[in-house]
Amino acid sequence: MSDGRLSEGHASTPGLAHHFDSYEQQKDSATLGMWTFLVTEILFFGGLFAAYGLYRTSFPAAFRAGSHELDITLGCFNTVVLIASSLTMALAVRGGQTGRRKLAAAMLVLTMVLGTVFLVVKGFEYHHKFVEHHVPGPAFLFEGPEANHVQMFFVIYFAMTGLHALHMIIGILLVGYVAKRAWSGAYTSRNYNFLEGTGLYWHFVDLVWIFLFPLLYLIGRHH
Amino acid sequence: MSGHVQPLRVYFGVFLALMALTALTVGAAFVNLGPANNFVALGIAVVKSTLVILYFMHVKGNTKLVPIVILSGVFFLMILFLLLAADYGTRGWLGVPGR
Repeated sequence: MSDGRLSEGHASTPGLAHHFDSYEQQKDSATLGMWTFLVTEILFFGGLFAAYGLYRTSFPAAFRAGSHELDITLGCFNTVVLIASSLTMALAVRGGQTGRRKLAAAMLVLTMVLGTVFLVVKGFEYHHKFVEHHVPGPAFLFEGPEANHVQMFFVIYFAMTGLHALHMIIGILLVGYVAKRAWSGAYTSRNYNFLEGTGLYWHFVDLVWIFLFPLLYLIGRHH
Repeated sequence: MSGHVQPLRVYFGVFLALMALTALTVGAAFVNLGPANNFVALGIAVVKSTLVILYFMHVKGNTKLVPIVILSGVFFLMILFLLLAADYGTRGWLGVPGR
């Protein structure tokens, strides 16, 4: 994906790489390429969702018990924070699209702040799990006949939220780089493709959480 | 030029819809609907992600190739889920000697 460095274009078509006919074609190619990557990400997370589905149908009671150990307030708060960060990301892309570099940079910084808030809250949740001996391994402790299967719930919980958090960390670094480039005016209404691609990545991370939140935090809450 | 600029109200409208659906999914989890609880939770998640994909990720108004690529990904995901379910769901059906 072209970062829109001006050296790539000719004087008459700044920001257009020589192997593209038009800005339109360049943008479509960048979007298609990013989505191809995101499809591999869907299948990457898909493997974990498949494992989740298999173990949850095998041990429904244990998954309910494990889910009840998670803090629904913090999970809810993080959902709101992450959706808000998706809004600021979308507004940043719109800023780049309409050539408002300061607005775009400010919205990107806000996205980073919200992403960091999410990770800090997640950190507190993880810490709580360590204190309560709910981290899978030799120190795992859980009262009840299904302790081993509850441990399996926490294996899946940590694998899925951990992989999601890793994506968040990469996303925050990427957004930081894009914020710097946006501030220096690298993105124009004709080529903001790197900014758009980063936005797609950020929204994808939000999408994963949209599924993780109900599947991990909200199992059988009416019991 | 490249890329259609969506009005601001679309972004804020989608954001508010996502907030409302989050509240709905939390509320629905505390109501006993039997097995339907799972379908309601997943259904709401699918609606939320469709909103994000169409409006935040600009798939609406983009080239038709993009939705085809996304659906191909979902298609292979369904193959993964369905064959896994078919395998584990039917393991007890036949007696296997020596097992």
